[in-house]
Amino acid sequence: MNDKIKAKVLDKEGIERIVKRIAHEIAEQNKGLKEVAVVGIKTRGAFLAERISDELRVIEGAEIPVGALDITLYRDDLTEIAEQPVVHGTEIEFDMNGKTIVLVDDVLFTGRTVRCALDELVDFGRPAGIQLAVLIDRGHRELPIRPDYTGKNIPTTRTESVEVRLKQTDGVEEVVVFEGTENDSGTQV
Amino acid sequence: MRILIKNARIVDPSQGIDIKGNILIDRGRIAGIGETVKDKDAEIIDAKGKITAPGLVDMHAHLREPGREEQETIESGLRAAVAGGFTTVCAMPNTSPPCDCQAQVKFLYEKAREARTANLLPIGTITRGRQGKEISEMLELKEAGCVAVSDDGDPVESSMLMRKALEYASMAGLVVISHCEDRSLGGDGVMHEGYWSTVLGLAPVPAEAESIMVDRDTQLAELAGASIHIAHVSTGKSIEIIRNAKKKGIRVTAEAAPHHFTLKDEDLRTYDTNLKVNPPLCSAEDIEALKKGLKDGTIDAIATDHAPHLENEKEKEFDYAPSGMIGLETALSLSAMELVEKGYLDWPGLIKKMSTNPCQILGYERGTLKQGAVADIVIIDPEKEWVYEKKQIKSLSSNSPFIGRKMKAGVTDVIVGGRVVVREGAILDA
Amino acid sequence: MKKNIEWTKRHLLGIEDLDRDEIVTMLDQAEGFKEILKRPIPKVPALRGRTIVTLFCEPSTRTRISFELAAKRLSADTVNITASSSSFLKGETLKDTVRNIEAMQIDMVIIRHSCAGAPLFLSRCVEASVVNAGDGAHEHPTQALLDIFTIREKLGKIKGLNVCIVGDIAHSRVARSNIHALTKLGAKVTVCGPKTMMPVDIEKTGVTVTYDIKEALKKAEVLNVLRIQAERQNQLLFPGTREYIRGFGITKAKLKKYAEKDILILHPGPINRGVELSQDVADGEYSVILDQVTNGVAVRMAVLFLLSKRRKQ
Repeated sequence: MNDKIKAKVLDKEGIERIVKRIAHEIAEQNKGLKEVAVVGIKTRGAFLAERISDELRVIEGAEIPVGALDITLYRDDLTEIAEQPVVHGTEIEFDMNGKTIVLVDDVLFTGRTVRCALDELVDFGRPAGIQLAVLIDRGHRELPIRPDYTGKNIPTTRTESVEVRLKQTDGVEEVVVFEGTENDSGTQV
Repeated sequence: MRILIKNARIVDPSQGIDIKGNILIDRGRIAGIGETVKDKDAEIIDAKGKITAPGLVDMHAHLREPGREEQETIESGLRAAVAGGFTTVCAMPNTSPPCDCQAQVKFLYEKAREARTANLLPIGTITRGRQGKEISEMLELKEAGCVAVSDDGDPVESSMLMRKALEYASMAGLVVISHCEDRSLGGDGVMHEGYWSTVLGLAPVPAEAESIMVDRDTQLAELAGASIHIAHVSTGKSIEIIRNAKKKGIRVTAEAAPHHFTLKDEDLRTYDTNLKVNPPLCSAEDIEALKKGLKDGTIDAIATDHAPHLENEKEKEFDYAPSGMIGLETALSLSAMELVEKGYLDWPGLIKKMSTNPCQILGYERGTLKQGAVADIVIIDPEKEWVYEKKQIKSLSSNSPFIGRKMKAGVTDVIVGGRVVVREGAILDA
Repeated sequence: MKKNIEWTKRHLLGIEDLDRDEIVTMLDQAEGFKEILKRPIPKVPALRGRTIVTLFCEPSTRTRISFELAAKRLSADTVNITASSSSFLKGETLKDTVRNIEAMQIDMVIIRHSCAGAPLFLSRCVEASVVNAGDGAHEHPTQALLDIFTIREKLGKIKGLNVCIVGDIAHSRVARSNIHALTKLGAKVTVCGPKTMMPVDIEKTGVTVTYDIKEALKKAEVLNVLRIQAERQNQLLFPGTREYIRGFGITKAKLKKYAEKDILILHPGPINRGVELSQDVADGEYSVILDQVTNGVAVRMAVLFLLSKRRKQ
């Protein structure tokens, strides 16, 4: 990727602050957290889910079940994506029935990834409800999907890209916006 | 009408000559040969840089007529023959009905006459109807014009019958051409037994399925006091047996097919059914043995085993496809590339295997450029480079694994009985 | 995180064509698919809208069902054709049959055939992906993959393991595919069986040959026992079942007497109980025969997924 960095929108402290805030909001929204579980979308969403779950443990002193979804097999663009999708496996080792699931992802864009995740989640059981938490909402939704907990809204053009970098995957903690390449087509906002 | 071939490299093993010179053809026969031969009124063929040799003689071809005229006819088969430099082709009798009587022999001669290209020599069956049960009427076959007998395609399984056939054929003055295959040992095998049959999982035929029968037949020829010719020798084991038999003075001759010394069992990795032949393609060691056998004279002749099959017959699972490939149009080039280029034979040596020796084995008075001989002549450009393409195939079938292959050495002109049949690579219509 | 190579092959015709990394990729992917089989709804939409044909020109219920189930777990549509229900009997050739089926817009053909090379032949006739589900005595790649997947799952590795394949090696596609896969992954492979059932030059594939079951059991850590076919008796390959059991049948008594280590027991099925495997071994603590069946579905899902992914590029 030769795209130029346009802006660094969050650093390590910024990410930490947002994770804490989202955890508090979840705790407030779901009083007592008795039937709450957190499920992240692989790869970065899964790490964020773990962090949120850790915060929730601190807030409520209770163990919150965590899971990770690999949505590769639910994607609707399997034949169009260029790179080889690797199936990493979904890890949900708790009973989903009757639970409120907080679905976690790093960046919310078109909403298609969340749609896949919703499809996959319901194949594991019948949760009481599903809520959505995202670190970044960059707009340009193509599906009627709206987050319940948003870390930060970042207005972008369609051709720009947003990258969340975490120490587990990238060795650093930051969120960066890249300028889009010229031949990318898309609506300017 | 006289023809003068000028500036030729004349290669005629029957006279032991390899000279520069001219050849004059008059009324279908060789009228003169040598540096000083001239004729200012004759049609001139300039053979500069080319080899002029006695026309090639194929001892072993399947022309399919009568019975399978969609695969090949006498006419198409003989056109393929002249395109490949052959002036005479022996037709194997496994037609439908098989060539086991005078009427059949006459039919073949008649068809060949109409074709007006190469000469045809019919081979009769060893056993009546190719049934492997009783000896065919060989005296009649000989009288009708057969030069040899063979049940090729199938072995003569009974040793008793083979002995009697050898005795009877030698009395009739016919050569017995033996298809050596022990079917009880070969079983359902479709390829040479070795590492590659193991890897490819194709049912194997051991080399011994051939060599055991070669051994039997050479011993029976000795017993019968007859001569025998071994068709399509493919394995080193068989060659060893023939070599020893020759040393003992047994009257055995042998032929090898170009595909057997060009292709090996490993090539079957593609499961290309055009590579399915009987006997099957052998190992690299067998190929080396074949080439050495050709070099040292253990193998006397190169014969095509030209076996046409339709595309839809070959477009099948390997086990279900018929055996055989066409070969008349590629035999000379493949032999030149594998044997002359690689130093096993020189050009006179190759002409000997493809013309002189076959004639000698069959007692056929051709294969020579002696003054007075019938003018069956081939002119070869040893440097010609060409690609064997499907659209140029003269045979009605195109079951050849060599399609698309680069070739070296090619036929430019062919004269049969003093008449130019191929001129500068093109068949002239009669 | 798994490091997997980009899958580029359109067909799966044999293990011989695969390199080590490709085999490992298949195995790693299969792990992801095995998890799906344990879900409450063991089905994902990955191959929704794809049509997969199973063309079985040789009877085999379990392999066909395993492939069919794998396809269904991935939401593909499946059509099953068996030799008796196809046009073969009416004289239509394999090529024509498949081209006709393909004209109905299918994406993949899974073929089982008694002739070696039939899947390769087919792959040259059609645009669809071709998966070899066993061709004559040539290859049975998915069986080898599931065997190795099972071994790796149970023992944690393949490299350096002593694996022995026992039975009719000459006529076994399972043996050939396993030999290719195991040697590529660094296992030490021994083949054991009657001399009449040993193909020539098999040692050139990198295996050790023995005709003595004592020898074979001594060092073995894994035993892959092949099904013995009674009809081979007519082909003069062995004198009879009783004699075979004496020489090569795997029994608890023989394992106890000759084996130095605990041996994992695999069998491609269906088992002739009491012939190549005694009852107590087939159902014994080291038998992983049923795991093989389960893993077979996961491995085949991985195969179908990887090959389908390749399609539209």
